Amino acid sequence: MSKSHVTTTINGEAAEFLCETQQTLLDVLRDVVGLTGAKEGCASGDCGACSVLIDGTLVCSCLVLGVEAEGKSITTIEGIAQGDHLHPIQQKFLEHAALQCGFCTPGLIVATKALLDENPNPTETEARYWLAGNLCRCTGYDKVIRAVMDAAAVMRGETV
Amino acid sequence: MNYISSDLKVVGTRPIRPDGVDKVTGRAVFAADTRASGMLWGKILRSPHAHARIVSIDTSKAEALKGVYAVVTSKDFPEIASEEAFVGEGPMNFRDLSDNIMARGKALYEGHAIAAVAATTAALADEALALIDVTYDVLPHVIDVDEAMQPGAPVLHADMFTAGVNPKPATASNIAKVVTFKKGDIDAGFAEAEVIFEDSYTTKPVHQAYIEPHACLATYAPDGQVTIHASSQGHFMIRAYTAKLLGIDMAQIRVNPAEIGGGFGGKTLIYLEPVAVALSRKSGRSVKMQMTREEVFRGSGPTSGASVTVKLGAKKDGTIVAAQQVLKFQAGAYAGSPVGPGAMCGLAMYDIANVDVVGYDVVSNRPKVAAYRAPGAPISSFAVECAVDDLARKLGMDPLVLREKNAVVNGSKTHYGPTHTNIGFTQVLEATRAHPHWKAPLAEGHGRGLAVGFWFNIGGESSATVHINEDGTVMVATGSPDIGGSRASMGMMAAEVLGIPVSKVKAIVADTASIGFTFLTGGSRVTFATGMAVTQASEKVVDQLKARAAATWDIPVDAVEWKDGKAYPAGTNAGAFEPLDLAAIALKQGRTGGPINAEVSVNAQGAGAGFGAHICDVAVDKETGKVDIVRYTAIQDVGKAIHPSYVEGQIQGGAAQGIGWALSEEYIYNAKGQMDNPGFLDYRCPVASDLPMIEAVLVEVPNPRHPFGARGVGEVPIVPPMAAISNAIKGAIGLRMPDLPMSPPKVRAAIDAG
Repeated sequence: MSKSHVTTTINGEAAEFLCETQQTLLDVLRDVVGLTGAKEGCASGDCGACSVLIDGTLVCSCLVLGVEAEGKSITTIEGIAQGDHLHPIQQKFLEHAALQCGFCTPGLIVATKALLDENPNPTETEARYWLAGNLCRCTGYDKVIRAVMDAAAVMRGETV
Repeated sequence: MNYISSDLKVVGTRPIRPDGVDKVTGRAVFAADTRASGMLWGKILRSPHAHARIVSIDTSKAEALKGVYAVVTSKDFPEIASEEAFVGEGPMNFRDLSDNIMARGKALYEGHAIAAVAATTAALADEALALIDVTYDVLPHVIDVDEAMQPGAPVLHADMFTAGVNPKPATASNIAKVVTFKKGDIDAGFAEAEVIFEDSYTTKPVHQAYIEPHACLATYAPDGQVTIHASSQGHFMIRAYTAKLLGIDMAQIRVNPAEIGGGFGGKTLIYLEPVAVALSRKSGRSVKMQMTREEVFRGSGPTSGASVTVKLGAKKDGTIVAAQQVLKFQAGAYAGSPVGPGAMCGLAMYDIANVDVVGYDVVSNRPKVAAYRAPGAPISSFAVECAVDDLARKLGMDPLVLREKNAVVNGSKTHYGPTHTNIGFTQVLEATRAHPHWKAPLAEGHGRGLAVGFWFNIGGESSATVHINEDGTVMVATGSPDIGGSRASMGMMAAEVLGIPVSKVKAIVADTASIGFTFLTGGSRVTFATGMAVTQASEKVVDQLKARAAATWDIPVDAVEWKDGKAYPAGTNAGAFEPLDLAAIALKQGRTGGPINAEVSVNAQGAGAGFGAHICDVAVDKETGKVDIVRYTAIQDVGKAIHPSYVEGQIQGGAAQGIGWALSEEYIYNAKGQMDNPGFLDYRCPVASDLPMIEAVLVEVPNPRHPFGARGVGEVPIVPPMAAISNAIKGAIGLRMPDLPMSPPKVRAAIDAG
């Protein structure tokens, strides 16, 4: 079967790729485009390690087909920092030691970006429920939630 | 040298970890992120049966499929004699491991590897698996540990005669081994007791559930050289197992440690690497393998489920005078559960004159267990700490007072032999009593539970190198995979000794060809043992730096002292010289004697055992049986926190895993012996909305056997949670939940039964 040609935008840049119709966006990003920041932890939409944004909406890229990227704008973990300038979420994850192994971290950061884009001033409970789709087995989420709340405060301009 | 009483500038601070930016930007390279030119994808065919004789395997159709370059079965692996392996964390036998990675003769559990293929794409490899024709003779199976011990139970191994009993049994059984520990006179102890409490407990197998599935990339070159990129807790462990299982010299194998996406003990043995190498050898191409999540659950080791009884006898004043414990641990399909450490750890917190512990290592048709954080201790302690709490109720004593009264101190002799030394349990209990959580009033309907826990911690073999770069910056390399921030602590210890900012030090993990042997990352040993190697290597470098300054000044080396990253004349008699800083000496190293570096290998002893106490408040929804953790405090003796944030993180993460073990995680089997919940939807790990903040309280009782006083911290925190939660539930609803997990259906059923 011939491959499909997909024209899309990835991290702000025009992109094209060929993929099998049954290939997931996660497999396309990792194996075709070469962006390996999104991780496969379950391939069933349960762990959130493959989180990306499609037109600003948070999705598990393992549950989306590569062909569905046609005409859309995809943001992956590789597109969160501006050049060598880390996004406040990334900076706060580092400062709060909100990662141990770091495997779930790309997904958590993308999911946090989606949260704060939609709700710049979440309560701790709102943050916990928003991130309930992102499994982390190392941290117990304590430092993750602290990093998220601190990043939110920075992005609101309340602290540095 | 010992720095415990020194004025520390780097150790104890919270710098950003050296691998941090890579991990928040998606650049960090985990095993599944690696590729090789001409790479094939390897996949494994697994048994759908819990127990079956493999009558035949026909691979011809799979081999004929275009794009398939190799198919392997157990015939492609040499037969190996039974031999104990000492390269992983838990007990393992080379023959069993070979059998586990590719079934020989029988499939012993659902998910047991039967054959493997390598093809140009992952989809094609899956297609090829479906073309392999296996004829099975399905055998009766057994899953439950108590059933597996019954006479007449299906026997997994015809040559398994229980070890540790005399005389040797005449018939084969599923009981691999019996371990016993005795102290004093148990009968006299119970005769002396005025109050006796006894109960039975069960726990379910739980998976380490690292988010990164096992993955590797292997190349077998035509000249016999093997290169492996893999995610593991020990790349030297991968080398040792791969060499043995394939009959290849270690010198031919180079293992590169990829970033590891969690392990918790589950990556201290191997599943894929020898298979990938065999496929590569047969195909002449590099082979990448990556488990699916379902394979991780079905085919890699969880920890044991168990059945445990505890009997405690005490005087009316609370002195525990007798303790008896029987532990039956599921080992999975091959011998080697952590029943040994379980039998040692459960009662290790208490100074009891008369102790009798018996443990059974029992095989059944489940995946072979792997180490999981303080292997054996959480299971054993769950039972003991529930029993101690109920004993306190029976005595009418406060549960903390009962624990304080019987707590071990330095000099207490354990029931398994050694005497506790350099421990900080007293200080942990003092911190518990002083903590606001312990004193806080309880909300209406809530319950509060307390439990304590112990883990040995280990030392062992570690190697480290320290290199001074030409510009005065420093490279630190070790052989310890960094599973939770250890590169940060290694760099910090080096910076402290060298007297320079940690930003000038870069710590990495070196591959098996680039550094001396290093035992795997496990047993909470890296900060202790590898940290000791890093410290000693840094000291050797300081000696060289002083020698270069001495030569420059033409004074004796003992007239030079090293302080704050600079060489100074030791006193006015030594001469009046401007201090030489590390960068100045580094710049001229080529002209003053050559490169400055040092490699140190140690076999570290005196790890310093760890103790923790957890306080937990719960709310129980009586309608649904759901238990919510309302407040959680984990107090632990950490020796010296090198990087306090990552020490806290270990404690918080361990507690969270324990909360999952307590409330929601379990392997569920159907009548055919197949796992019914091999995914994160149905195997329920805690998510962010399940948990409150977890307060980690660091008690620092320095371990005198480590240069900075460190002791292991990663394992203790998973020991107390299950009992702390069961005790809290009892406080809330007055009912003991002795069976894990304490999931809503069970709690609701207990409430209904009253």
